[in-house]
Amino acid sequence: MRRLGPIALCFHALFVAFILAPLLMVVAVSFTDKGYLSLPTDGLSLRWFRAILDNPDFIDAFWVSVWLALVSATIAVIIAVPASLAIARKKFPGREVIAAFLLSPLMIPHLVLGVAFLQFYSKIGLGGSFYGLLAAHVILITPYALRLALASATGLPREAEDAALTLGASRFTVFRRITLPLILPGVAGGWLLSFITSFDELTMSVFVASPATQTLPVRMYHHITQTIDPLIASVSTVLIVLTFGVMLILDRFYGLDKIFVGKG
Amino acid sequence: MSFLTLESLNKEFGDFTAVRDMNLTIEQGEFISLLGPSGCGKTTTLQMIAGLLPPTRGKILLDGKDITKTPPNKRGLGIVFQSYALFPHMTATENVAFGLEMRGVAKVERMDRARVALDQVKLGQFAHRYPKEMSGGQRQRVALARALVIEPPVLLLDEPLSNLDAKLREEMRIELRLLQQDIGVTTILVTHDQEEALSMSDRIVVMKDGDMAQIAAPLDLYERPLNTFVSDFVGKTNLIKARAAAGSQGQSVVIVDGHADTLTQNLTLALPGEALIEGESVTLSIRPEKFLMSKEGPGHKVEVQASIFMGASWLYRVNSPMGELFVTQPNTGAAGYAKGDTAYLSWPDDAVMLFSEAA
Amino acid sequence: MSAKALDKTPFLMTAPGVIFFIMLLGVPMLMTFLLSLHSYDFTTGIQPDWTISNYIEVLGDPYFHKIFGRTFGLALLVTVICVLIGVPEAYVLAHLPNPWRSVFLLVVLGPLLISVVVRTLGWALFFGGKGVLTMIASGLGFGEEPVSLMFTFTGMTIALVHVLVPFMVISVWASLQKIDPQSEDAALTLGASKLTVLYRITLPQVMPGILSGSIIVFALTASAFATPAIIGGRRMKVVATAAYDEYLSTLNWPLGAAIAVILLVVNIVIIVSYNKLVERRFAKVFE
Repeated sequence: MRRLGPIALCFHALFVAFILAPLLMVVAVSFTDKGYLSLPTDGLSLRWFRAILDNPDFIDAFWVSVWLALVSATIAVIIAVPASLAIARKKFPGREVIAAFLLSPLMIPHLVLGVAFLQFYSKIGLGGSFYGLLAAHVILITPYALRLALASATGLPREAEDAALTLGASRFTVFRRITLPLILPGVAGGWLLSFITSFDELTMSVFVASPATQTLPVRMYHHITQTIDPLIASVSTVLIVLTFGVMLILDRFYGLDKIFVGKG
Repeated sequence: MSFLTLESLNKEFGDFTAVRDMNLTIEQGEFISLLGPSGCGKTTTLQMIAGLLPPTRGKILLDGKDITKTPPNKRGLGIVFQSYALFPHMTATENVAFGLEMRGVAKVERMDRARVALDQVKLGQFAHRYPKEMSGGQRQRVALARALVIEPPVLLLDEPLSNLDAKLREEMRIELRLLQQDIGVTTILVTHDQEEALSMSDRIVVMKDGDMAQIAAPLDLYERPLNTFVSDFVGKTNLIKARAAAGSQGQSVVIVDGHADTLTQNLTLALPGEALIEGESVTLSIRPEKFLMSKEGPGHKVEVQASIFMGASWLYRVNSPMGELFVTQPNTGAAGYAKGDTAYLSWPDDAVMLFSEAA
Repeated sequence: MSAKALDKTPFLMTAPGVIFFIMLLGVPMLMTFLLSLHSYDFTTGIQPDWTISNYIEVLGDPYFHKIFGRTFGLALLVTVICVLIGVPEAYVLAHLPNPWRSVFLLVVLGPLLISVVVRTLGWALFFGGKGVLTMIASGLGFGEEPVSLMFTFTGMTIALVHVLVPFMVISVWASLQKIDPQSEDAALTLGASKLTVLYRITLPQVMPGILSGSIIVFALTASAFATPAIIGGRRMKVVATAAYDEYLSTLNWPLGAAIAVILLVVNIVIIVSYNKLVERRFAKVFE
């Protein structure tokens, strides 16, 4: 391994500072004891974290986001697993078209998805409903679940399944005892990535959500466009801490770099 | 006058000593192999010579000049890496011409010389292919041409044939050796394959745990290994535990203790050599092909336990007074011994090597 | 094989996804496209006629020219900056000894998991009139006048680079992982200086990573909404925020739909032509 020079290390320090600065800023401001935006120079205070409890709309929005992400990620995985097995393992006419179709939301800007759903739901009377939001999120995150499932299904050793068949297992037993356990890490990773993508999504949801079905990012966005105060900083700090926990889990089990290669 | 000299070369990684007090002198035009199992320090030694790893202590002299502190890009040595390390974004010609470009050779000339070098390794018609479009053997030749075209004083080969299949490997051994003799370039080969070392080298350095176990010409190394490690690592051998008995002048006498399952009596052998200290543990080594096996004798009676036909030869595992032995006999066209057959085993006196160390 | 009946299993396995996608992706997208072909009247709403007047308006109006120009200029600038700082950072990361490498990989990639709203908020706190920039400026004796990057192009650029540079790092990082480190050693022993190795051996091999990182960053900047909306506001409209305003403020849905369709087409054209370019350029060289 070649050594890095002092210039490289200085650059690295600056880069890391650039990456962390806004996050640290948010955390710092959330601990202020003043009633306005300021750094906690006169000591730390938790008053803005207590203030979250007095703002049920943030808490409601948080639960909408959690529930939405849980359900949509689960549906996305249920769609993605059989599809990934078919696409990765079988040859059939239209295979590539189907794969491209199911991955296509990755190429569509969220804004375009948002306006499309806005018009569609207002036409069919689902405007602002939770189910509309749910369906939109499933469309948005299925490609993420599919891609990780595809990666596992492609690497699956055919021989292991054939061996199980020759040993007398039924097709279903082979799926349950051999195939599923082998693709499970990819599927679980896909679920988690889908969950986070849904949880963080703003641009599309801003068009689809009504005041009653506001997700946390949408609620925060509307708050920020009105006013930027320490309250929004404390909400963000809570989010940063929660995300950090999820990040450690993801990195522990999959490696962040593997999950993100080609995301976007 | 030695051309390349290693003087008490040491490399330590923390507490671990990878190479210990290596002293080696290499003549111009010589082909030297560093042979040993993985982790013996042979690749570390090569990397120090190449300048890719700084030694902890010691000196490297090339043609009388100390090059210990010279950076790799100023040493001018040619290296063929185990992975070939071709530049994937350059064609074969561009790969070969790279070293010339670094030396400021004009474009026309370096392209000409690259072409000549590729012809030399019989790759003339693949000059414009990218590495990805070539087979393993072809990539290997490009790597060789790239290392040779700069006319290096020393050519370093790091397991160059280990990624090739068995047949190609044997062809390349001969080809590489002929090319080396043709050019006369001083060459150091790192390998864990004893056949490769035996077939190509003028001298072989056997390494073990960072130490040099023996330096010798291939035949000497094979016939007169200095210790059980070398005799076992270079070629195949049978190692037999024994203890020394009192002997007379010019004779070592050893006793092989009887094995419960093969014979009840102890076997006493008299071998040419110095008298040994009585009771000392020793090890005998006999190569499988040195045995003479016959139906009637003379020799020790053995029972064939397993018989494998290898094409050019037969390989037997036999139960003998000295325990279980492997025996190779040339295929003469006649049927070999079968499992359960009884036969007689003898050997010439000088076939037995005696090491005063416990196996 | 041809005599054999077509195996239905793969179709059944992909059917839930395909049907769901046709109904909830295909239909809405098609409707948006059709909507963009209607005209709009501010008193009576969407008209039943068929026209390409919305496209003519978007493509002909200097107001929209400015917005599209700003958006793609922003995307280009953000991409260039991401290349300039993301590529060296990926190189540094790849050459850090463990455990530092794992730690900093987490630091650099982790923010991708944190909501864009939160990350942009951090910059808004820096940029605001009473923000840190003002404090630093007054601390350095530049007077008490607020220094604000809110609602500026510079502010948007900085925040978007922050949001998107991890994609560049990860993309280049993935390319670097594939390089045979011995190829760098080989160049060194052939007489190349360290700088030459970097320029002639390492950089060309990570080029696919740089290109794919660039395309991701460019596409995501061109369609970014949250960051331009919060930092740029109404004063620094980009395509996404302009479409948002057409839909939710002006209520001219057909015009908004036309903007969305143009954004989508440009996005797809860029991605597809990039893939073609990569296939042509690198197919022979890299796996």
